[in-house]
Amino acid sequence: MIPAGFEYHRPGDIASAIGILEEHGDEARVIAGGHSLIPMMKLRMAEMGHLVDLQAIEELKGIEVGSDTVTLGAMVTQHELITHDGLAAAIPLIREAALQIADPQVRYVGTVGGNVANGDPGNDMPGLMQCLNATFDLSGPDGNRSVAAREFYEAAYFTAREDEEILTRISIPVPGAGVGQAYEKQKRKIGDYATAAAAVMVGNGTASVAMTNLADTPVWSESASAALADGDVNGCVAAMLDAIEPVADNRGPVEFKKHVAGVMLRRAIDRAQNRAG
Amino acid sequence: MNDQTLTPEERAANLKGMGSSRKRVEDVRFTQGKGNYVDDIKLDGMLFGDFVRSPYAHARVVSVNKEAALALPGVIAVLTAEDLSPLGLHWMPTLAGDKQMVLADGKVLFQGQEVAFVVAEDRYIAADAAELVEVEYEELPVLTDPFEALKSDVVLREDLEGQTEGAHGPRKHHNHIFTWEQGDKDATEAILAEADVVAEEMVYYHRTHPCPLETCGSVASMDKVTGKLTLYGTFQAPHAIRTVVSLISGIAEHNIRVISPDIGGGFGNKVGAYAGYVCSVVASIVTGKPVKWVEDRMENLMSTAFARDYWMQGKIAATKDGKITGLWCHTTADHGGFDACADPTKFPAGFMNICTGSYDIPTAYLAVDGVYTNKAPGGVAYRCSFRVTEAAYFIERMIEVLAIKLNMDAAELRRINFIKADQFPYQSALGWEYDSGDYHTAWDKALKAVDYEGLRAEQAQRVEEFKAGKTRKLLGIGLTHFTEIVGAGPVKNCDILGLGMFDSCEIRIHPTGSAIARLGTISQGQGHATTFAQIIASEIGLPADDITLEEGDTDTAPYGLGTYGSRSTPVAGAATAMAARKIRAKAQMIAAYLLEVHDDDVEWDVDRFAVKGAPERFKTMKEIAFAAYNQAIPGLEPGLEAVSYYDPPNMTYPFGAYICVMEIDVDTGEWDVRKFYALDDCGTRINPMIIDGQVHGGVTEALAIAMGQEIAYDEMGNVKTGTLMDFFLPTAWETPNYITDYTVTPSPHHPIGAKGVGESPNVGGVPCFSNAVHDAFRPFGLVQSHMPHDHWRIWKIANGLGMHG
Amino acid sequence: MSKMHVKLTVNGKEVEGLAEPRTLLIHFLREDLKITGPHIGCETSHCGACTVDIDGKSVKSCTTFVAQVNGADITTVEGLTNDDGSLGVLQEMFREHHGLQCGFCTPGMITRAHRLLQENPNPTEEEIRFGMAGNLCRCTGYQNIVKAISASADMLNAQKEAAE
Ligand SMILES: Cc1cc2nc3c(=O)[nH]c(=O)nc-3n(C[C@H](O)[C@H](O)[C@H](O)COP(=O)(O)OP(=O)(O)OC[C@H]3O[C@@H](n4cnc5c(N)ncnc54)[C@H](O)[C@@H]3O)c2cc1C
Ligand code: FES
Ligand code: FES
Repeated sequence: MIPAGFEYHRPGDIASAIGILEEHGDEARVIAGGHSLIPMMKLRMAEMGHLVDLQAIEELKGIEVGSDTVTLGAMVTQHELITHDGLAAAIPLIREAALQIADPQVRYVGTVGGNVANGDPGNDMPGLMQCLNATFDLSGPDGNRSVAAREFYEAAYFTAREDEEILTRISIPVPGAGVGQAYEKQKRKIGDYATAAAAVMVGNGTASVAMTNLADTPVWSESASAALADGDVNGCVAAMLDAIEPVADNRGPVEFKKHVAGVMLRRAIDRAQNRAG
Repeated sequence: MNDQTLTPEERAANLKGMGSSRKRVEDVRFTQGKGNYVDDIKLDGMLFGDFVRSPYAHARVVSVNKEAALALPGVIAVLTAEDLSPLGLHWMPTLAGDKQMVLADGKVLFQGQEVAFVVAEDRYIAADAAELVEVEYEELPVLTDPFEALKSDVVLREDLEGQTEGAHGPRKHHNHIFTWEQGDKDATEAILAEADVVAEEMVYYHRTHPCPLETCGSVASMDKVTGKLTLYGTFQAPHAIRTVVSLISGIAEHNIRVISPDIGGGFGNKVGAYAGYVCSVVASIVTGKPVKWVEDRMENLMSTAFARDYWMQGKIAATKDGKITGLWCHTTADHGGFDACADPTKFPAGFMNICTGSYDIPTAYLAVDGVYTNKAPGGVAYRCSFRVTEAAYFIERMIEVLAIKLNMDAAELRRINFIKADQFPYQSALGWEYDSGDYHTAWDKALKAVDYEGLRAEQAQRVEEFKAGKTRKLLGIGLTHFTEIVGAGPVKNCDILGLGMFDSCEIRIHPTGSAIARLGTISQGQGHATTFAQIIASEIGLPADDITLEEGDTDTAPYGLGTYGSRSTPVAGAATAMAARKIRAKAQMIAAYLLEVHDDDVEWDVDRFAVKGAPERFKTMKEIAFAAYNQAIPGLEPGLEAVSYYDPPNMTYPFGAYICVMEIDVDTGEWDVRKFYALDDCGTRINPMIIDGQVHGGVTEALAIAMGQEIAYDEMGNVKTGTLMDFFLPTAWETPNYITDYTVTPSPHHPIGAKGVGESPNVGGVPCFSNAVHDAFRPFGLVQSHMPHDHWRIWKIANGLGMHG
Repeated sequence: MSKMHVKLTVNGKEVEGLAEPRTLLIHFLREDLKITGPHIGCETSHCGACTVDIDGKSVKSCTTFVAQVNGADITTVEGLTNDDGSLGVLQEMFREHHGLQCGFCTPGMITRAHRLLQENPNPTEEEIRFGMAGNLCRCTGYQNIVKAISASADMLNAQKEAAE
């Protein structure tokens, strides 16, 4: 469990970080909290000549809670998401979900940027961000651009982000008052990824539902969301079950996962509806 | 504090002897991070070894190319079977009478098998070099199912081809290892044929792994000048390792010093001899430098000793009113690629013949067939005495299955079949003599403590609510009454590699009245340094705080067979008491001399000998110790020390009654332990605090095993559960609180009446959790379902019973 | 790979050394600095035996490159012993309540519990169990660990009150 060697870089701003990525191409990789990347490196499933540590870049830090929009710096840790009271008041769903990720040690260092950029179907934040209709800001050699979370994921570990781009900030529209939110996750134990997880927002005639670890990308379903907005819970669940494509693994066979997906979704809907008041 | 003014009770309390919840002396080091575990050992010039392992479960090794690895700066050597064979060390004997490859000799038989050993200046270079070793494999058909293996043409062990006789009798097929039979087959089958009721089931106890938090490792240091080999390692049986190393390496035993430093948990994992140990020794001999090998967690789970993997076909016969008349069991035991089970030689299936459990079953028969497959070798006693947890699981499931067949309450069925208190010593149908027990008292106490009837009423109501659609949660009440057999064992029938399974203790009293004791065992968290000192304190009246305890260094400790199978208290604990009694006997003579009376005219009083009828005339043990060194006492040698090698006359038979209340969500398969009550009877209780701790830990391991912990393979023989993400170890969050309780039925043949407890909770816990799951579904028709009861398997039960619409 | 200069504060002392950037913090502590309290139980970031405190956060040092923490302030279990060499409150309570057996998980447990109590001086049993869920123990079944942490909280609070 020893990673291969690399050169270490700790740039102080985004531009220098991009410079290093440009210089070394696919020989370089950024590291945030490292709690997805380092395990892969130790298994030698990820090897690179240059590791670009983002920790010293101030522009990537900080949580800003505006009246319409919340923005999260890519380097905000899960621990910071949980302990930020303003954020919890604006979008309680984020704290609720973050508490169900990994364990305390991992949450101190694991970042929201790393979690959404990673592209692992097991990560919880991507589905959450799709549910919240977040936008990811990317900076690269060719400048800045924004990609909707719902457009970002292409396949396992493949995203709309180019190798030389850095995910800098995440912007999330603050759901209106009267919108209930809930995150439901089934896992085998603390520290495990989801057997199935559901993120739900509902209220004011709108709804959004997304699910995690049930396909090679997070699954946000437009038709499931629309059905729920119409108050059709069964229709919502049916549409979502149609959209997911779970595979069998140690957590169980496909039929089980589909069943649990339905259960998690219904439970999340139920709680979100109650919270919508 | 004046001795004269203290009551005997106060003086006894000051000793912190048996029965005291004395705080552990080990903890002062451990809590400060000052333990000394094998990976903490650093010797001058030490090199590091790492394995190249097979990615395939069954393959021919066509070639191994070391060139690129050897070219890497800092790489000292790359060893393969070819390098070891001139020394005769490419294979090694197993504890079970088989042999095992140290490094792949032409083929590999399981995924993760050791192919080459890379030795480098540090572990980073070793890891880089291991990547550079090029091995060419030719894949062979893989057998992961023992039933298939017994039918297959594929020969796993080509080295044994044509051998129809194994270490334990005839082999029936090229993938068959042994058949072991106990009891009366014909009589049992006759009873089954005529019985009112026969229940039959396949009970599978899945493959799992002890997975102590510290993995296995060793540091070998061959001193070329003195010719002495020092071997540090995670050894639960250091003396046996010394003997084995001597036998296979040819180094004289007096030139080998084996040291078990602090051990970060063993649970059976550290009983066996592993390729890493041998390779570190060879590498040290070859390089002339100390060599460390420490496996990582994935290597540990993949390649070192697994546990269980028993397919137990059972039949149990009873009268209409529930009196059991016979028990039949045929077990198919998956031993993996080599038979490396750690059992006493004459017991290839361990003490599986304790499978009549706590019940008075007049006639029984057991047969076990050992089978080779493409899985890792092992078959260790994982926190249990040899195969006792399999036996307990089997009988405790069969009782439940029979209760269903009879439509009886399972608690009542147990009660009417328990061996009665007045039947002890009890001769079991499969050949054991149970030393003592009072099962009815324990059982009634347990049922009352949890309000068993109240629970059943609640369960009945829950079933109604479920049927009415008011809840999706079921309530399961898990029952278990287990009988363990521990303390292996009497030399007349228990040996490992021909070494009798006695144990030993040597005590030396210093002139100022403190002492050192050395044992042949080794603590892995059981707190020997604390509890054995307590035994001595009670026996010879010196405070436990003044007694140092040493274990694990074969140069200083007397020979012993080590710590596993809950044998330390029954065997080494007895040796300790016996050695202490020898000291007390000599102390009595010294006291009598000093008091100028006849030996018989003094009597023992907590911490002193006093003149009979004149308690104010006495000599304390402290005074006696001093006299032993500074006075010439006619007829007595100076000094005060003793050694005892204890060969137990019998095993001990701890028992217990466990009850679990579990909530089960039928839609997700999630479970929640609402209550767990554990009553243990381990005979005399030496340290109640430590006993409770052992129970908490053992039940938690049982929870893990029953509810998810599994070494699973796919059809290609790939290990699917190689990390702690997939190999289920519960965190504090999933683990419940436990209620502990006890009765005390001392062992009549043990010097202090103690039976041993470390493993009971695992033996009793697994069936208890499993029975709770089964019990929740019993009202809906479930009879038998296999462990582990992880979410999806529980869900599958519910699904199979039509609970998902 | 070329080595880099590493400078850390460990248990209040400044230390320096040369290390390859890929060196994992756990190895740097154990091999280079001979601080062997933190243990390696899994290497895959699941067991918490390697937990150390880095700039006020509990971190698994097996999943941290020494390069990442260059300049950081690190506390290990060794640093939680009182200055006079006596056991710190958590260490004493783990001993008092039999919160350890083989002792292998203990350094990580105590270091994590230390941070938990800094952040939440009055945790409920549930909060302790949730807050300690990144640390596995194979021996104790956690019951006495929870008890020890709870007792430590009481004692630390009493000490604080007495000091005020
Ligand atoms: C035991 C354990 C359990 C876990 N359980 C869960 C869980 O239940 N749910 C869950 O969601 N996660 C879980 N995780 C993952 C954890 O949350 C990770 O920390 C997280 O996924 C990645 O964040 P990081 O900051 O550590 O990213 P890193 O590991 O540093 O990076 C991950 C990937 O993203 C890239 N990257 C990181 N930041 C950026 C950026 N700003 N721009 C572009 N690319 C970037 C990296 O190059 C790398 O490819 C678990 C991890 C562990 C070790
Ligand atoms: S060794 Fe770091 S978490 Fe297990
Ligand atoms: S005390 Fe052994 S792992 Fe916790």
